[in-house]
Formats: sequence, C-alpha cells, structure tokens
Amino acid sequence: MAPQVTPLYERHRALGARFIEFHGWLMPVQYRGIVSEHIAVRTRAGLFDLGHMGQIVVRGADAVPFLQYLTPNDVARLRPGTAQYSMFLYPSGGVVDDIIVYYLAEGNEYFVVVNAANRTKDLEWLREHRARHQAWNVEIEDVSDRTGMLALQGPLAESILQRLTTQDLAALAPFAIARAEVAGTATLIARTGYTGEDGFELYCPIERTVELWDTLLETGEAEGLVPVGLGARDTLRIEAALPLYGNELGPDITPLEAGLEWVVRWDKGDFVGRESLARQREEGPPRRLVGFVLTERGGIPRTGYPVQVEGQIIGAVTSGTSSPTLEKTIGMALIDRRFAGIGRPLAVVIRERPVAAVQVKLPFYRRARRRSVTDSASEGGNGHG
Amino acid sequence: MAEVRDGLRYTRTHEWVRVEGDIAVVGVTDFAQSELGDITYLELPAVGTVVRQGESMGVIESVKAASDIYAPVSGDVVEANQAVVETPELVNKSPYDDAWLVKIKMSAPEELERLMDAEAYRKFLAETAAIA
Repeated sequence: MAPQVTPLYERHRALGARFIEFHGWLMPVQYRGIVSEHIAVRTRAGLFDLGHMGQIVVRGADAVPFLQYLTPNDVARLRPGTAQYSMFLYPSGGVVDDIIVYYLAEGNEYFVVVNAANRTKDLEWLREHRARHQAWNVEIEDVSDRTGMLALQGPLAESILQRLTTQDLAALAPFAIARAEVAGTATLIARTGYTGEDGFELYCPIERTVELWDTLLETGEAEGLVPVGLGARDTLRIEAALPLYGNELGPDITPLEAGLEWVVRWDKGDFVGRESLARQREEGPPRRLVGFVLTERGGIPRTGYPVQVEGQIIGAVTSGTSSPTLEKTIGMALIDRRFAGIGRPLAVVIRERPVAAVQVKLPFYRRARRRSVTDSASEGGNGHG
Repeated sequence: MAEVRDGLRYTRTHEWVRVEGDIAVVGVTDFAQSELGDITYLELPAVGTVVRQGESMGVIESVKAASDIYAPVSGDVVEANQAVVETPELVNKSPYDDAWLVKIKMSAPEELERLMDAEAYRKFLAETAAIA
C-alpha cells in the first residue's frame, strides 16, 4: 500500500526534505540536518508538520464518564480550555495509546490527539467500549482527515505566533487551548508540544494547512525559524525524556513501569486497567524505565539493544541518541527494577560489545523556565509541555 | 548534488580510494555522508589490522543509522585518522580531505581495477537516485 502524505508533501520536497515512512505516512525526517534543526528548536524556533497524527472528538452528555472510564487521568479536573496528558489502557495495565485530551471551552467537546500508528486501533477501542454501554450518550468522531496539525516550538515561538493572532499568547498557560484566528485561519492554539521547549500545537482545517505553514515560516524566517523533521523531533523528545509509543510505552509496558504514575489518578474511581495497575503498584512494578549516559565511546544505543549488569542481561534500550544539547550519548532503558538507581552502572551491548554507562536522572534536559503568572497558573507542571 | 572527485576510485558501498604509491588512502564519499546525515561515531580498524577487499573494517554512525565501512582493497592498515574519531562531524564537513579514515598498504593493487572511476561512480549514483 502506498504511504499517505500530508498536504505539505510538495512543500517538504521543495525545502529539500529527506523522507521516511512512518507508520504508513511518508514524512520528512530532516531538511538541513537533524542536529541543526534540533539546535534551532532549543535556541530559536522550529516548525513541524504533524499531519500524520490523529484527532478524535468525543462529545455528548456522557463524554465525561466515558473518558473517565477509558483513561487513567482525571478528566473531571479539566477546566474548559485546558488539556491533560493521558492514555488508553488495556485491562492488563498495558498501554493502548498515549494521548492528549483537550477540553474545548465551546460546545462541551473533548478533542483527543492520538498517535498516527494507533489511530485505527484507538477508534476501534473507543467504539467497542461505546457499544458495550448503550445507555451512555456519547458521540465519537474521527476528524483526522479534515484536521491539519502543525507544531511551532522553541523560545521564540510565542513572539513569532503573536504577530499573527489577536489571541493574547502570554495569557495562554502551558496545557491551555484556545480557538483563535491565526493569519485569518480558524485555528485551535494549544500550548503543548513534544520537544521540552515552550511552544504551540496548532490545529486547523486541513485545506488551510499549506497557507498556515507558509505564513508561519515567512513570519519567523528573520528570527531563525526553520522547518524540523521527525529526526530532530525524536532527539528533542529523548532529551526531554518524553515517551514514544512503541518505545517507552506499549501493550506490554505499564505507565508504572514507564515512570508515569502521575498520570494515574487513583482517587477518581474505576477505569480500564485500574485493577492490574493497583496490583502492580502493590507488588512493585517488575521493570523500571531509567535514563543513562554512556561513559565511554561505542556508538549509539539503539532501540532493543540489550542492557547488562555484570554480564547478565537485565533489560533493553527503549530509545537512544547522540544528544546535541548535552554533547553526550544518552538513552532510556526498561530494566529489572532491582538494578535501577541513579548513579548505578550498566552496560549497553552495541554491536556485541558491552559499552559502559551510568544511570542518570530524567529528563536529560529541562529548559530554564521564567517564573511568571502563566507558569504558576499552569496545570501541574509535569514536563509534558 | 553530491560531489564526486576526479582522480579517485570508488566502491558501490560509497568508499573512495586515493592511491599514493602502494598506499590506499580511504574515506567515505560526499554522497555517503549526506545520506547518513550528522555523523556522531566512527569505529576504525587498529593499525596493523589485515583487511580484505569488500569486508567490513569499521562502523560509521549517524543520528539516523549505523553502517559498515568496507575495505575497498586488501592489505595492512598502516594509519587510522584519530582526528576524525575524535571529531566525527569532520566526515560531514570534509569527506575527501580532512576526514580520510585509514591508510592501507595494499597487498593486491590489481584489486583497484574492480573499483569505479569518478565517471562510473557518477553514473552509479544517478542510477541509485533513479531507483530511490
């Protein structure tokens, strides 16, 4: 089957992008180079085409109990115009998908953003549970095919975007979302992202995506805004220790193992997966996601490489890269919890050679935050913005 | 368009060879570095290693991927470029000059005949691009 492309495909080609196939989508992996794009996002701003991601609207009088039942975070805590990181879980406690749930101020709608790889599976999951609860007044609509999604990320993102909208961006807290026009296009502006920097994710009618992309690039050009591909998106999110479904999360990995227990609101009542998670919490999760830095040269620790202590395999790498910001080789690994601990050694087997590493605190990178009104008003400050 | 330098010999795995008497100076091509992107790691054979034409003698790794470096000719490694091991991004900046990788004292110089000249390599790249 030929891969899908977003409306920006020709733009990416004209910008000299190299492409990769990513879960059925042909997406730009890099334009000028992963490292330079990464540094642009950390120091200036970067623009991402995220047209491959899925968007599902959940609405109706029983939208809240429905989402409460299907996600471990507490949907009832969302005020209109705010968002939370959450998941869909299997009864086993393993992860169906990790998601962002936005509560839109108008229309009493929940706007759920899901991974491209999981869109079909998520929809089936939601519809299956919807079918089992006929009494619930809930409507589920997949709006992915008519929604364009861009991310504008980096310390200059706010000043660039502010020139194109009357929405007061300084008043838009992390994890807030507002409906506003951006350069004449009706857009949902969310202060969320996947880079560890300040920034925005923008949702617009799909037919307006190219115009919005062009306008943003043009507006930010003088400040050093560049297009950024999936390559740097990955290195940025690894530095910020943001999980990627299929690497740090999956059907066989629970949020407790992935160090994401903060997503689970034990006090909110029943939800799919709760029983298994409660048991695992009682017993202690068998594995733990840890961060590490290589202490000798030996290559890049790639996904699936074995992790050893004293010659015994204790786990595997989930993600690794050469960190442009830290200028170190970093990674995350899911290991037997008995070996987990900051400062403790391990070895990553790269091309059959154990390469020495030491466990470090996650995230590897945390941006310097200015204390401001918007920061103190933010939801939780969980590092997933 | 990737630079292909006249006067060098090339492999189908994108190594180049500059012949200096019985020594083959070896590197990877501009096309190879551009395909790999930002190079972050190199593993080169130690001085004294005996390498055989077409066999892996090292590793070159970028943020994107790792690939083998193949010996373009057989012989003894007489020098390995430590500067490029210390600063792998040299491969991106100067693939034909500063980022030479190893020098091999050739044991079978006639093997050079099996390598492409610049013109043949250009044609090979054009065909590769047409497939991709």
